[in-house]
Amino acid sequence: MTPLIKFIDFNFSYLDSPTPILKNINLEIKEGEFVLLVGPSGCGKSTLLRCINGLIPHLYSGVYKGKVIVDGEQVSEKNISTLATKVGFVFQNPENQIFMFTVEKDIVFGLENIGVDKEEIGRRLEWALKILNIEHLRYRAPYELSDGQKQRVAIAGTLVMHPKILILDEPTSLLDPKTAYEFISTLKELNRSIGITIIVVEHRIDLLPKVADRMIVMDGGQIVFDGPFKDIIKEKNLHLYGVTVPPIISLQNTLSESGVNLPGYSLDVRSFSEMIKKEVFRND
Amino acid sequence: MIEVKQLYFKYPTMKDYVLKNINIKIELGQIVAIMGSNGSGKTTLIKHFNGLLKPNEGYVKVFGKDTQDESVAALSRKVGLVFQNPDHQIFSDTVWNEVTFALKNFGFEEEVIKKRVKWALEFFNLIQYKDTSPLLLSGGEKKRLCLASILAWDPDYIVLDEPTVGQDFLQKEKLREVIKMLITRNKTVIIVSHDIEFIWLLQPRIILLSNGEVVKDDVCANVFKDDASIDKCGVIKPQFVELFDHLAPLLPHPPLDVLEARSTFLKLMKKGG
Repeated sequence: MTPLIKFIDFNFSYLDSPTPILKNINLEIKEGEFVLLVGPSGCGKSTLLRCINGLIPHLYSGVYKGKVIVDGEQVSEKNISTLATKVGFVFQNPENQIFMFTVEKDIVFGLENIGVDKEEIGRRLEWALKILNIEHLRYRAPYELSDGQKQRVAIAGTLVMHPKILILDEPTSLLDPKTAYEFISTLKELNRSIGITIIVVEHRIDLLPKVADRMIVMDGGQIVFDGPFKDIIKEKNLHLYGVTVPPIISLQNTLSESGVNLPGYSLDVRSFSEMIKKEVFRND
Repeated sequence: MIEVKQLYFKYPTMKDYVLKNINIKIELGQIVAIMGSNGSGKTTLIKHFNGLLKPNEGYVKVFGKDTQDESVAALSRKVGLVFQNPDHQIFSDTVWNEVTFALKNFGFEEEVIKKRVKWALEFFNLIQYKDTSPLLLSGGEKKRLCLASILAWDPDYIVLDEPTVGQDFLQKEKLREVIKMLITRNKTVIIVSHDIEFIWLLQPRIILLSNGEVVKDDVCANVFKDDASIDKCGVIKPQFVELFDHLAPLLPHPPLDVLEARSTFLKLMKKGG
């Protein structure tokens, strides 16, 4: 299968930066993958994402070496508006992408600009309002909303475009925990049902064990780990790469280091508890 | 002390009250977490603590002085607020000047300013950016800069709105260290946060808000026992509380951290054979 995103021997430095931000990146992401991208602050995560949606090199200048290919075409040779129909990007700060006077108008702005017909716009709007649980906000002015609500509006505005690739930079950081869980489940559902490729940068990875297929860890502009989530999360010293390992996973890692051989590895509390009960009562 | 009595507040353009009949007292030397669903009024409440917002009814008193009668500048000397979005409070041309700004306004001497700014920037690992424009920093770095600016003038109350957003593991550890250090100096840290695991490790007093009202105000352990209240406020349980719920007869109480959990489970596994 041809990868949807491909980095080949890629290096990048910003104009004002003395050192390269991305070094020797070789990466392939297939259609339909759900990828979690992590790493300490300043490791190059955001820069890598900007290379996928074309903000680099089209808006941020710098020294660009190697190739980035998205959906079979070189990013450096396509314009940003074409890339924007393929790559949806939700910024960390929702205020960077909300600008209309009502929530509804903001969500449909992109669709109106590419000439989608009114009925389809209506359908997609209702769908996005519903899955993000913001139906009650549709006629409100974005500036009246809390940051968490603004974030959901920004995500809705991206989702209605039905991009092939959806990139989210810390999408749940301003959402309350319940909404964050619901939102991550929604993302997984989208990933399963319409096969959209999802790349999420997230420090709160306690939300992601059950949804991410793959985990990529970056440090100092390079990829240091890349593999199935369930394997990478077991790596020792992930915290040194900025990753906050969920307590239940951290507990199993530390038990294993203490010589306890558990019969399996659980990514959530419920299955871990079941496993422990069986172990403890095994000899009763 | 911060005392909030029968506080009602609504924004001028809105029909409904955003805060309704809030009654709380926050003494010095505490860690207080304010939690609740998006739009529940958390940020609106903390903006009353330094007078950015004033009640429509009721009052907020800071060390006995009604915020209606005090300027934001005077209140800020006592109550430092770090906004959720750092772009709302950063405006200087360099990182160094950003931290210096408030200190100059509060009339600190030049030598003291230099020492404090250097300490704050080194502590938050920002000293290498001292001559850089704050606008060029990453989101996480900007948040640390805002915290550095506030701690430099040493207020009694430090109010942090979503401080862990954009912070990696090491920075969160550092933040926890800072919070604990502040408590030993009898400061009070008020945190608005959705980061359940971060909050659990701090074991603060928790005030749960829903739809502008206080639903629960209690110590951390009790709050997470109250399923109905946490559900109403969009909060979920920390993993170790959930673990305790599943394994209650086997565990004496929810483990506070991984080390305690490890020791408990090592005993259990030994017993289990």
